[in-house]
Amino acid sequence: MSADASSTGGGGAPSPPAAAGEPRHFQRILTIWIVISVVGDLLFAFFVGPHVPPGRMSDTATSDSVDFTVLFLIALPVLVGVWVYMGYALITWRASRPGVPEPVGGPQARGNLRVQVIWMVTTTVVVMALFVFGTVELYVTAGSGGGEGPNPLWTPTSATVLPVQVIAQQWRFTYRYPTFGGFETPDLVLPVDTTIEFHVTSLDVIHDFWAYQIGVKADANPDYDNIAFTTTKQLGVFTVRCAELCGIWHGAMYDYGRILSKSQFETWATTTETQLAPLTKLLPAFAYTYTPDANGADGGYYPDTKDPYSNVEQYGATTPST
Amino acid sequence: MIVGIGIGLIVFLAAAFLRSSPPTVDFTAGHTPGQPVDMTLQTVGSIGFGAHPTWVSYLTLAPDGKWVHTTLWDLPAHTRINVTIDQYDGGGPLRNQVLGLVQGTIGNDMTVDGKTMTMINSNATTAAIPNGVAHTFTIPTLGINVPLLANSNSASLCAVAPCTFASPHNIVKFSFMTPGPGEYPWQCFLPCGLGFLYGNGGPMQSVGYMDGFLKVVS
Repeated sequence: MSADASSTGGGGAPSPPAAAGEPRHFQRILTIWIVISVVGDLLFAFFVGPHVPPGRMSDTATSDSVDFTVLFLIALPVLVGVWVYMGYALITWRASRPGVPEPVGGPQARGNLRVQVIWMVTTTVVVMALFVFGTVELYVTAGSGGGEGPNPLWTPTSATVLPVQVIAQQWRFTYRYPTFGGFETPDLVLPVDTTIEFHVTSLDVIHDFWAYQIGVKADANPDYDNIAFTTTKQLGVFTVRCAELCGIWHGAMYDYGRILSKSQFETWATTTETQLAPLTKLLPAFAYTYTPDANGADGGYYPDTKDPYSNVEQYGATTPST
Repeated sequence: MIVGIGIGLIVFLAAAFLRSSPPTVDFTAGHTPGQPVDMTLQTVGSIGFGAHPTWVSYLTLAPDGKWVHTTLWDLPAHTRINVTIDQYDGGGPLRNQVLGLVQGTIGNDMTVDGKTMTMINSNATTAAIPNGVAHTFTIPTLGINVPLLANSNSASLCAVAPCTFASPHNIVKFSFMTPGPGEYPWQCFLPCGLGFLYGNGGPMQSVGYMDGFLKVVS
């Protein structure tokens, strides 16, 4: 970062002293860098930060937004530092400027140990801090909405969790609610202020369940129970998309989920359970994964009882009827 | 030079193939606002002609009375569409029985040969449901799903389209409302692409066979 003409040269050899009247370049660059960085960070924090996607509809979405904001606030000074130094050097030390010596072969061209040490220490600290920050963020939001596989490392602390199974198939998602008789519907409806445990699986090829505004994204693989958590915070509508290229209609594999009040959700769930009861009786028993018939046309899908990875009882839900 | 001409020809043919598309049947011409539109389709187990004669397919009856091998339609916005599907194919159980439920149609039901139905249990074998479901007519973005009752596989099914009522068939009728202008993909959700992975390749991924677009215009 430093461009001080009196700084130590490469290998620790002393540099020639600054010429009389030579400006204090390091202080200039430092001042410009601090001013632009502080102004840029403040502008971003106050004007852009509140609008950083994916929004505030869940704790994981909020966490994602905060993470993006923090990353930007850290990255901006680094970016500004590089650009300011480059711009300053281009203007101040360009060879065509009167009185500026040809840099090739000069002491300043051989490197600067102090600058190198500062740069490596600073960037190492930044990267390690981001590593710790990222790990903590994964922990405090129970995986930050990402698919954690069948045995999640980070689990929520809520006393009760609503399990919702996401079943992907070419080319749509359907959802099963094991605590409401295991009905299955194309509508994804969630209660607000509730921790949701998504169990994401597939009946055919690889898909990806990406509920954008609630900050949940988990691969949907056949014969695999991929668990992701989130806690809903706001009423509203969110977009669900498949985020894994899964065939010609991949682009059409999207729908919209809704977050309702708890009472509205209870009403919807119990009403839907009743309405779909004749259909639910025809579905296979609820299971965390299913084995579809892959022999071409038609066929059914069946509960995969080979390896039930986890139990809904763990989170206070009732055992699905079989 | 010969190599250059050859490359150019290959590029031209590839581009022509990629740009090829089935025709669009226009149901908006002469339509009076507020009046329903009648649309008749048929499903056949093997189209019997063209590049893929063994592929399963939908066909559309154009307003001029001719059957057209296409799944692209221009429909007027905010209009009731009365759909009739002459279903000539066999079938079996659904991979996901959720698709056996009639959803999103006016009344959330359909008629099959005049009898009202709200669901088909594709695993059952009864007089009313002899062979499960043949196909579905599904528009995911509009929440519409209609399972099409299958004919018995032992019947002498039509194998060359367009089929006539001389072949075993079911007549499925339902209605739905078009939304505002836009393009809405629709497709069969029963994996009926025989010989393809999970039955979802071939005709299931080809516009003009088992999927297409509603082009809703104002």
